[in-house]
Amino acid sequence: MSLPFLLEIGAEEIPDWMIPGALESLGERFRGLGVPHAALRLDATPRRLVLRADGLAERQADAEERILGPAKTAPAKAVEGFARKQGVRLEDLRVESTPRGDYYTCIRKVEGRRTRDILAEALPGVIRGIDFPKTMYWTGKNGPRFIRPIRWIVALLGDQVVPFELAGVHSGAVTAGHRRLGAAAVPVSISDYERKLRENFVILSAEERRKKIEEGIRALRVTLKRDPALLETLVYLTECPTPILGEFDEQFLALPEEVRITVMRHHQKYFSAEGRHFVAVMNTNADPEGLVRRGNERVLRARFNDARFFWETDQKKKLSDRVPDLGHVTFQEKLGSYLEKTERVVELVRQLGGGEAALRAAWLAKCDLTTELVKEFTELQGVVGGLYARAQGEPEAVWQAIYDHYQPVSMEDSIPRNIAGQLVSIADRLDTLRGCFRVGLIPTGSRDPLALRRAAQGIVKIVVEGRHRLALQDLLGGDQQLAGFLEDRVRFYFREVRGFRYDEVNAAMAAGWNDLVDLEERLLRIQKIRPTPDFEPLAASFKRVKNILRQAEFRGGPALDNRLLETGPERELYEEMQRIAGLPIESVITSLRPKVDLFFDKVLVNAPDEKLRLNRLTLLHNLLAEFSTIADFSEIVTNS
Amino acid sequence: MDSFQDIIFKLKKYWAERDCIIQEPYDVEVGAGTMTPETFLRVLGPRPYRVAYVQPSRRPADGRYGENPNRLYKHSQLQVILKPPPDDVIEQYLQSLEAIGIDLRKHDIKFEEDNWESPTLGAWGIGWQVMLDGLEITQFTYFQQCGGIDLDLVPAELTYGLERLTAFLQMRESVYDIAWSPSATYADVRFQDELQYSVYNFEMADVQALWTLFGIHEAEAARLLAAYPKAPDRKRFPLLPAYDQVLKCSNLFNTLDSRGAISVTERQGVIQRVRKLAVGVARAWVDQQNGQFEEAAQ
Repeated sequence: MSLPFLLEIGAEEIPDWMIPGALESLGERFRGLGVPHAALRLDATPRRLVLRADGLAERQADAEERILGPAKTAPAKAVEGFARKQGVRLEDLRVESTPRGDYYTCIRKVEGRRTRDILAEALPGVIRGIDFPKTMYWTGKNGPRFIRPIRWIVALLGDQVVPFELAGVHSGAVTAGHRRLGAAAVPVSISDYERKLRENFVILSAEERRKKIEEGIRALRVTLKRDPALLETLVYLTECPTPILGEFDEQFLALPEEVRITVMRHHQKYFSAEGRHFVAVMNTNADPEGLVRRGNERVLRARFNDARFFWETDQKKKLSDRVPDLGHVTFQEKLGSYLEKTERVVELVRQLGGGEAALRAAWLAKCDLTTELVKEFTELQGVVGGLYARAQGEPEAVWQAIYDHYQPVSMEDSIPRNIAGQLVSIADRLDTLRGCFRVGLIPTGSRDPLALRRAAQGIVKIVVEGRHRLALQDLLGGDQQLAGFLEDRVRFYFREVRGFRYDEVNAAMAAGWNDLVDLEERLLRIQKIRPTPDFEPLAASFKRVKNILRQAEFRGGPALDNRLLETGPERELYEEMQRIAGLPIESVITSLRPKVDLFFDKVLVNAPDEKLRLNRLTLLHNLLAEFSTIADFSEIVTNS
Repeated sequence: MDSFQDIIFKLKKYWAERDCIIQEPYDVEVGAGTMTPETFLRVLGPRPYRVAYVQPSRRPADGRYGENPNRLYKHSQLQVILKPPPDDVIEQYLQSLEAIGIDLRKHDIKFEEDNWESPTLGAWGIGWQVMLDGLEITQFTYFQQCGGIDLDLVPAELTYGLERLTAFLQMRESVYDIAWSPSATYADVRFQDELQYSVYNFEMADVQALWTLFGIHEAEAARLLAAYPKAPDRKRFPLLPAYDQVLKCSNLFNTLDSRGAISVTERQGVIQRVRKLAVGVARAWVDQQNGQFEEAAQ
């Protein structure tokens, strides 16, 4: 008989961001039991993790077990004893030959266990094994750990409870409704489980809660900025989500929009709408008297008042007067204060060829770290500095550079909008990388607490997309380890972010990556000529050339002696090389390929005459050198 | 409409009916109700304990000269410790809100993750901030460690922000407008405190004098802690007075901080100094309570 299964772990409110991972882990642990089942479904609200499966057998299949008894040579008494112990007749014993000799064996039927018993035994381990980034204990020292206290467990196989106990909680068939709207104890069966929850104001499906929020917002007839991350948070923060519309007073429009949005989004979990509206998502079904709306409006007003207080207080001291205060703000314990960092960054911007605006922006960029507004809203660092710089009359190029200098925060983010901002951002990151590498704060594996990978990745993106012609490797302070680290980021950028094929990236980078703009141009060229019919065969020939040179341990030698060239393919190749010297590869590839092919077809490089041999190696060496300025084509992976 | 004091009476009564000892505020300056011995020391060890008290909590850096409607130098927390907590502790908490007249069917309650940590006390816990219509009204924490010691019984700590709750219930925009009693506003009672302490903390506190005081209290606490392991009769050893010295240090640290006298680099070091004392008292206290004196406290 095939049975459905339901497991609901009822807990106190689980942090929203941990729920999807916990569900995945629960599914894995359950599958790991090896109990055959059909469809499996995982659901969750803040107060419950739910696993449902179909098609479990009532009993696991019977199996046979072979039991090894005494050796054939054993005394009869021992053999009788064995048979008695196994509950079989003496004549049912068999003799089997094993590598160690002949032994008595018996086959015993092992009856398949009841699935309910297997689950009862295993489920406590499944639940305790769910991965959470952080756990707690609550029943006392050395008690079980979970993300939050477990308060009830529903475990049903068909219409029977799978009985077990965990952290003093006994599994049963009683769930709980919504904290305020539903009943505290709701008896359920597998077939009515979801319906009973719904009657008690719990929407089990995250997808359905998401829809309810989205539809609710549509019904409010406001335009919101799309905010998938916030939506996801609210889906897992509620069991019965209902959006409501709120409004704030016109006076707060004077606060910068960036600050308003941060307060609404990060601090209050509101969607910010156009104009003076916002949308809050309640964990209840209605707000008929408008109490919740008024409450939220009041809170937002207080928050905005606070922000305004900071905004006004901070204005009393100009950014430029705050530079000395940076001496009291630690950048990194081993790397001194932000004042020292600022001085280094200014110097780097100068080296990068930054103009007046870039130098000014570099000088002021970190000053907002001393403002009350940034202490309150750390996520707005940079932005706040830019806003103050604007309010204090700094030129547009300067305030925008300060505003943008933490960009890009991800590979999807855009780079600073003006050159000054780009240079400050590059210099700031370079300084951080150089400093950290110098004092040994180097990322290892997945450990990168100072986000140095992101810093390096940002440099690459800005240099390439801002088209900065820099000798990047000369800016690393001669640190080889840092050069290697940055090289990886360059590779990553062109491969993963820009989608170049890995062998093209290897080929182009083998010809140098000091100037990333040049590298990008070369990559684009390779990408373009790659599909042409002559390219891959030629690349294969280059690989052959490279192998020949390597095997001959030839690293260049005397100049080519053209008197030694044999008439025919060898001379023709030479003349072709003379003809196309300095021409772009795109225009010569078609005429060059047959000459190379013919050369390899007809000419023996390793000629018995040593002089001839060396001359031919020189010819190939020159050929490789001529075309290796855009890429090392031998790195191209070809089908031939 | 309930006044500020009515709300306090009701909450105290509610928890008294649930077998909590009702304590008066501790009489040494603290930054939070957690720091008083009623919480910090009582949560240690295996003995059950239930207590509720209002604790004026001083945060020098939060002072705003009485000008900001929501921020206070000194606010009032109702601190409830349930050690161990009942299984329905969240329900009991929610009912306490109903006891002060909040009809939760008409409001929105959310429990948002907020783990509490006090580096100065070597303490941390797991929990939530409880949001009522978007307003944080309570910090709910299951303590895990205190004074660097794993707790035998995990207490639930409920910290109600009384001014916020009252402003919510009385629908006041400014904390200064809430009715403390039927005839006095919050401003009548506390405005002078806010103004004068802001002036002192931000402008007039003598940094040198405060550092000197810090040193004196630190030395006194350290002297006592050093004497404890060697004390002939540890049962009567004055650990509670030693802890008062630690609290003095903590408050002086906060005042110096608000005065801008502690650089970021120094900060960590000073926190460590206070923490060392707090952890020392906690260890000695556990030892003294257990009566197991053979293992010397640090």
